Amino acid sequence: MITRRTWTMLFTVVAALAFISASAFLSADEKNAQSTDVKLPPPVEGKVDFVRDVQPIFVKRCVECHGPEMQEAGFRLDRKKDAFVGGDKGPAFVAGKSANSLLVKYVAGVDPDLIMPPDGDPLTKKEIGLIRDWIDQGADWPKDADLTVPASENTHWAYQPIVRPDVPKPDGSAWVKNPIDAFVLDRLNGRGIKPSPETDRYTLIRRLSLDLIGLPPTPEEVDEFVADKSPDAYENLVDRMLQSPHFGERWGRHWLDKARYADSDGYEKDRARPNAWRWRDWVIDAVNRDMPFDQFTVEQLAGDLLADASESQKLATAFHRQTLTNTEGGTDQEQFRVEAVFDRVETTGTVWLGLTVGCSRCHSHKYDPIPQREFYQLFAFFNNGDEANTNVRISDEAVERFNKDKATHDTAVKELQRSFEAARTKLAPGLAKWIESQVGKSTGWSVAEAAELKSVGGATFTKQKDGSYLLGGQNPASDTYTITLRTKLNHISGIRLETLPDKSLPANGPGRVKHGNFVLSEVSVTARPNGQEKHTPIELSRAAADFEQPGSGGKPSWTAAATLDGKPETGWAVSPQFGKPHTIVFETKENVGAENGETELVITLSQQYGSQHTIGRLRISLTSDQRPINIDGLPKNIVDILAVAADKRDAKQQRELLVYFTDRDPAVQQLKKQLAALTKKAPKSPFMAVRVIAQRSANPRKTHIFRRGEFLQPTVEVQPDILEILHPFKPRKQDSTPDRLDLARWLMSPENPLTPRVAVNHVWEHLFGRSLVPTMNDFGSRGDKSTHPKLLDWLASEYIRLGWSRKALIKTVVMSATYRQSSAHRRELAEIDPQNRLLYRQNRPRVEAEIIRDLSLSAGGLLSRKIGGPSVFPPLPPDIAALSYANSFRWTTSKGEDRYRRGMYTFFKRTAPHPNLTTFDCPDGNTTSIDRQSSNTPLQALVTMNNEVFFEASQAMARRLLTANLKDDNARLAYGIRICVARQSTDKEQSQFADLLSAAKTWYGEHNDDAIKLVGSYAVDGASPADNAAWVATARVMLNTDEFLTRE
Amino acid sequence: MDPITQHIERTRREFLTTTASGLGMAALGGMLTDDGVISSAVAAELGAVNPLAPKNSHFDAKSKACIFIFMAGAPSHLDLFDHKPKLNELSGEKLPDSLLKDVRFAFIKKDAARLMGTKRKFTQHGESGMEFSDLLPNIAKRSDDILMVRSMHSSQFNHHPGQLLMQCGRPQFGLPSMGSWLTYGLGSESQNLPGYVVLTSGRGSSGGATLWQSGFLSSVHSGVLFRNQGEPVLNLRNPTGLPPELQRKGLDVLRDVNQGRFQEVHDPEIASRIASYELAYRMQSSAPELIDVSGETKQTLEKYGVERAEPDIKGSRGRSGNTHQSFARNCLLARRLVERGVRYINLVYASWDHHSNLDTELSYNTSVVDQPIAALLEDLKQRGLLDSTMVVWGSEFGRTPLGENRGGSKNVTGRDHHPYSYSMWMAGGGLKGGLTYGSSDEVGWGIAEKPTHVNDMHATMLHLFGMDHLKLTHRFQGRDFRLTDVGGNVIPEWIA
Repeated sequence: MITRRTWTMLFTVVAALAFISASAFLSADEKNAQSTDVKLPPPVEGKVDFVRDVQPIFVKRCVECHGPEMQEAGFRLDRKKDAFVGGDKGPAFVAGKSANSLLVKYVAGVDPDLIMPPDGDPLTKKEIGLIRDWIDQGADWPKDADLTVPASENTHWAYQPIVRPDVPKPDGSAWVKNPIDAFVLDRLNGRGIKPSPETDRYTLIRRLSLDLIGLPPTPEEVDEFVADKSPDAYENLVDRMLQSPHFGERWGRHWLDKARYADSDGYEKDRARPNAWRWRDWVIDAVNRDMPFDQFTVEQLAGDLLADASESQKLATAFHRQTLTNTEGGTDQEQFRVEAVFDRVETTGTVWLGLTVGCSRCHSHKYDPIPQREFYQLFAFFNNGDEANTNVRISDEAVERFNKDKATHDTAVKELQRSFEAARTKLAPGLAKWIESQVGKSTGWSVAEAAELKSVGGATFTKQKDGSYLLGGQNPASDTYTITLRTKLNHISGIRLETLPDKSLPANGPGRVKHGNFVLSEVSVTARPNGQEKHTPIELSRAAADFEQPGSGGKPSWTAAATLDGKPETGWAVSPQFGKPHTIVFETKENVGAENGETELVITLSQQYGSQHTIGRLRISLTSDQRPINIDGLPKNIVDILAVAADKRDAKQQRELLVYFTDRDPAVQQLKKQLAALTKKAPKSPFMAVRVIAQRSANPRKTHIFRRGEFLQPTVEVQPDILEILHPFKPRKQDSTPDRLDLARWLMSPENPLTPRVAVNHVWEHLFGRSLVPTMNDFGSRGDKSTHPKLLDWLASEYIRLGWSRKALIKTVVMSATYRQSSAHRRELAEIDPQNRLLYRQNRPRVEAEIIRDLSLSAGGLLSRKIGGPSVFPPLPPDIAALSYANSFRWTTSKGEDRYRRGMYTFFKRTAPHPNLTTFDCPDGNTTSIDRQSSNTPLQALVTMNNEVFFEASQAMARRLLTANLKDDNARLAYGIRICVARQSTDKEQSQFADLLSAAKTWYGEHNDDAIKLVGSYAVDGASPADNAAWVATARVMLNTDEFLTRE
Repeated sequence: MDPITQHIERTRREFLTTTASGLGMAALGGMLTDDGVISSAVAAELGAVNPLAPKNSHFDAKSKACIFIFMAGAPSHLDLFDHKPKLNELSGEKLPDSLLKDVRFAFIKKDAARLMGTKRKFTQHGESGMEFSDLLPNIAKRSDDILMVRSMHSSQFNHHPGQLLMQCGRPQFGLPSMGSWLTYGLGSESQNLPGYVVLTSGRGSSGGATLWQSGFLSSVHSGVLFRNQGEPVLNLRNPTGLPPELQRKGLDVLRDVNQGRFQEVHDPEIASRIASYELAYRMQSSAPELIDVSGETKQTLEKYGVERAEPDIKGSRGRSGNTHQSFARNCLLARRLVERGVRYINLVYASWDHHSNLDTELSYNTSVVDQPIAALLEDLKQRGLLDSTMVVWGSEFGRTPLGENRGGSKNVTGRDHHPYSYSMWMAGGGLKGGLTYGSSDEVGWGIAEKPTHVNDMHATMLHLFGMDHLKLTHRFQGRDFRLTDVGGNVIPEWIA
C-alpha cells in the first residue's frame, strides 16, 4: 500500500535529486537566489566550530535515529565517514554547498511533510544557520570529533575534569558575602539584574530551620534571633542548626529518597522488613556525625569489604538492600535477584554519577558513550554482593547489660552442669552391666529391604551398603515417596525411619534442600498380608523422634506427632541439627503381619513443605518388640560403639556410652529438664539481625551481558570495570578482580568529574528548591547544562577541599547572600527569567510531605522529637491497609508518643503507603528518587483541613492558645500567627482571622453540642465550649495558609 | 518570527507551563473570577495553568472515557471465552514435549502435568455467534457490542510484574499507569472530580496502589481511590461538629489571607493553592452526590444488582464483605463518573488466581461480575454513552490448559498462570462490536493467529482516544518514555 506520505517522500527525493543535478550548473549567487526561493534560513556570521556549534545539534536532534543504534534511511550522523557518504537518498551535504544540502532542506522543512526531526520542535533558524555556515565554510569535521570514538575525547561538559574556576570580581561586590555570590552576581550583572535584598530575620530563621532541621522555630527562638544584634548572629544560628540532632533527620531523609528506603519488601506479598529502620538510623547518625561524603559512600557501597569491617560498616551496606524482594509464589528467584542487581547498578549510576546507565541494560546508550558492555561491567561489581544478615547491637547499653547477665547465667548453668555430671558419675558403675546386657543382642530392629521405591517428583533411589537408600535425580520442590516392603516378620509393632547424612547431599543432608533440612509432612502405611487381595490402612498410634525442630519460642514446632495429624502443612523437621542421623519411630496400633508367609507393606512419606524440603537418604526398619516400643531404640552410633571390643573403645566412645546410658535415668532426665529450662532463660542476645549486602564467599558468579537485558539470555562474559568515559580506574590490586570497594573508591576519587558535581547539585536543590543542573538525574548529553557552570565547578571543588564535609558545604551555601535573598517574585523579571534560573531571588517551595505533618503537630505542641527507633503507625484510614495483597496487612495504630512522631518515621508499606505522605508527593520507595515533585491538588487541601492527625493538631493548637499566658483574643490571634509563620502578624490578617473567630463563636454559642464535638478531648478548663470550638475552627484555618505550608 | 519575539514566546510558554505545578480545575483565572473567589486583578496576574484542563488530541477521537474492569489475579479464559473442544478430548493426557520445552510454571510439576478440559458449556451468542461459557450468561447477551480478543499475550509470569505491564506498559516500577497517561495527554472534562478514579471491591490485588501510580508524571495524574460507600474520598468530611457554613466561612478567610500573601510575593503557586481549596470544597459536595445512588430508578438498581443478596458460597477467594453489592455499585458509579466527565475509571476486582477449586471460585467470581457488567454495557448504550466510552475487561495473563497438580497432588482442581495466550474483551469507544479477533491453538496453549501484545492493545486504545502512542511521551532521565515502551502497533481491524 502506498500512502500519501510515501508518495510525497518519493516525489521529494526525485525532485531533490533533480534539483541537485540542475544546480550543479549554477553559480554560487544563483544558488543563493534559489535558496531564497525556498526560504532557507540564512547562514549565521562568523566562524563556526563543529564541536561547539554543530555537533550538539546533531546529538540532540538527529543521532537518535541516525546513529549507532538506528540508521533511518541508511544514514548516520555520529561518525565522519558515514556522515559524508550520506544515506539511501544520496549525500546529505557537500562541503561549500549548503543551499543544495538534503540535510539542510530536511531540517528547514522545505517540504513540511518531511521535516526533520519528525518529533518535537523544528530546529531554530539559528541552528539551521549554523549548519549551513558549517557546510559553506568547508564542513570541517575534526578527525577526532566522532561520537563513537575514544571516550576520553568526548567533549560533553559533564565528562570534563573539574577545574576550580577563578572567583570573579563583579561590580556591586558589597552584596557579595562569599564566592557563591560572586559567581551569581557576575551572571546577574551580565543581564543587568540586581539581586533581591536579604529577607527579614523572621523569614530567615524559619527558612533556615525548615531547610536544616525540618522543624519550625519556636516563637522564643525567633525573638532571640531577631533581638540578637551581634554581627555573627546569623552564623551562630547556622552553627546551632548544624549541630542539632534533627539535622541528621532532615538530611538523612533526603538520602532515604535516593536509597528507595521502605519498611516492606515490595511486590505482591510485600512483607514487612521489621529491622529495616536500623539502616535508616545509621543514615541519621552518619549525617549527624558529619561523616565525610566519601566515607559515607564507601561504607554504604562496600562497607563489608573494608578491612576489619565494623558492625556499623556492615550495616551501612543496607543501602543497596533497599531493593525490592518478590516472594510471590512461583517466582524464579534468579530473575528477581538479577532485577535487584540491575536496580543497584542503575541507582548507583543515578545517585553518584547522575547518569542514566540503566538505558544500557538492553542496548548501548543512545545518547551517552555508555556501551552495553560497560553496564554489565558495573553489574559485575554488584553481582557477587548477596543479601545476608548481619548482627547489629541493639545498643551499647544492651550489650553491657547482656554481658553482665550472661556472666550470672553462665555461673548458674555451670553449677547445674556440675550436679549433672555428679549424677552421671554416680550411675557410672551400672554402665558395665548394661553394656553386657546389650552386647550381642539384637537391637530389636531389623532393616527392611524395599521391593519398590517411587517418587512422585521423579527422584531416584540408590541402594547403599548399609541398607539405606540415597536420593538422586530430580530434586522437586515437594515430593511423596512410596516404599513397598515385603517382610516375613510377624506382629509388627513399630516402623522406624532413619534419615541419614550423606556427603552427596547439600550440607551433608539429611534433607535435599540447600541447608540440609527436610519436612516429613504426613506418613501413612497400608498392609496386605499374604493371601489377602487388598491393602488395608494401618493405624499408627504414636510417633516419636530423637530430635524435633524447635520453633521461635524454643518449643518444638516441627514434631514427630505432626506427621500423623492429617495436615500437610505441619510435619517433622530437624533444623538446626543437620549433617547428623535422625530417627523417627511409628508404633502401630494393632500388630501387623501374616501368621505364616509374607506381608506387603506400603509406606507413604509425604513431604509437602516445598522448596526441596525432602529427605535425601533413608532407611526403614521394623520391629516386633512389645509396646511401648523402646522408641529411642539404640541409635546407630551406640550400636556401632557396642560392636567395638570393650578394650578398643576410645575415651570419646566411652563417654558417648555413658551419656547414652545415664540419659535414661529419671534423676538425670530431671536435671536435663532443669538445664533446658535454665538455658531457655538465657539472657537474650543484645544483637539484632539486619539484612545487608555481603560478598558472596563461595561459588562467585560470573557476569555475562544479557541480550536485551533478559536474564535468561546470557552472552559474552565480562569482568568488573568502570565507565571508560570517566577518569582512570586504580584498583587496590593489579592482579586480582576489582571489587565493590575499588568501585566505591573510584567513584569518590577527586578526579571523578561527575560525583562532586552531582553531589553539590543535590545539596543546592535542597537549599533552593531548584538545582543548578535542572536535569538532576541526567548529566549526560541529553541533560540540561548548569545555569551556573562555574559556580557548579567551584562548589564541586570546594566540597572536595572541605574534605567532603556535608555540614561545611551546607554552611557555605546558607552563609551566602544568594541564599539569604527574599523569595518574593519580581514581576518585572517574570517574563525574562520566570524560573529564576539566574538566582535573582530565593524560591518558595512547598514543604515536603513529612514536614507538613511535623509543622502541624508542632504548632499544636503534639510533635514528639524522639529520634530513631522502629517505624511507627500513626492513624491510617482502614481501607488503605486493605489495599494490600489479599488483605494480608494489619495496621495497628501506635499509642502514646509514637502516634505523634515525625512524619519520616511512619511505617512505609510499599503497596499501600500512607496517603498523607503520597498525597504530598512523597516518593513510593520502589525506585530511587532524586528530586521530589511538588504538586498542588485538592486532595492535599482535604488532608490538611480534615485528616484526623491534622485536625487533632488544630484542636491542640486551640488548647495551646487558650492556656498560654495571653491577655485577650487579639493576643491569642497574634501568637497563633507567630506559631505558624514565625513573623509578627499584620493588622489585616489579624482582623481576617478575628472575623472567623467571631463568626465561629456566634455559631457555636447556638450549637453547644457541636462545639463539644469539635473540641473533642482537647477541652480547656475554664473555657466555654463555644469559645473553645471557635478557636479550634480558627486554628484549623491558620494551619492551612499557603505561607504555613511554604518555606518562604 | 524574529529571535526576540521567539524568545518571549518561549519564556512565556515556560512561564505558563512551569510556574503552577498543578491542580484539578478548568481555566483557573476565568473560573475563579466567575465565582468571585479571586479578584480579576489577581486572576490576570495568575499565569497558572491547569494541567488537567481538556487538551486537544492528536487527531479526532472516538473515545472520551475508559472504564477498565481489571480482573486482577487472571481469570481462566479457557473456562469463560476460549472454547477448546480438543482440550476436553485430550483431557488427562500429557502436553506434547514440544510445547513444554523451555516453559516455566509457577506451581505445576511439569513432568507430571496433564491437560485439563473444562466443565463449562459454551454456546454462541448474538448475530456474530461469539462464544461464551455458561458462567457469563448476561455479558454474553451483549456480544454484538463486544470485541473479543483471543490472542493476548504477556511477557510476565508473576502477578505483580504482569499487572504493572497491563497498567503501565512495562513490568517496572516508577512508571505512569494508563489513566495517568490519558489525563496527562488529554486532561479531564470534569471540573469537580478528579480525572482518574479507582474503585475496588473484593480483597486487595497483588499490585496495590502501584497499579494507579503516576510514576514520573506529576501526582496530579495519579488515580484517586474512591470508596463506594460512606466517605467516597479520603478526608472528604469536615471534622465532626464543623458545619458547612463555617467551612465556607473558613475558606473565605483562608482565601483572603492567601490573596493578601499573593499580593506581597506574587507567586502564582498561591493562586493555585487558592484554587485547590476551592475545588476541594466543590468535591465535598460533588463526590457524595456521585456515590448517592438514591436518585437512580429502582429498575436501574435492579439491573445492576446493587441491592442483590450475597449468595451463600463457601471458600470464595474474591469474597470480602458483601462483594456482590459492592461490585455492582462500582459498575453503576463508573457510569455516573463517565457522565460527570471523568476520563479514566479503573474498577479493580481481585482475586481470580484459581490454582485450586477453579469450579467453585470461578462460579463465585463470575456471579459477582456478570450481571453488573452486562447492565453497565446496556446502560451506557441506552444513554448513548457507549460510542464514546471504552469498556475493557481483562487481566494480567490467563490460565493454563493444564490442570495444576500443586505439590505433586493428584487432586487437580485448578490452573496455573499462563502468559502465552489468553483472552480479553472490550466494547464501545469506537471499537468494533461482534468481532472475534485472533485465536489460540487447539488446546489454548499458544497463539494460532494475530498475536496481540499488551503494548498493541494500549496503542490501539490510545489511538481511539485520538492519541498517537508514539507521540504521547514524557522525557524522564534523558529518555522519552511512552505507555507502549518500545513496542505497540495500532490494530486497524479493531476500529469500527
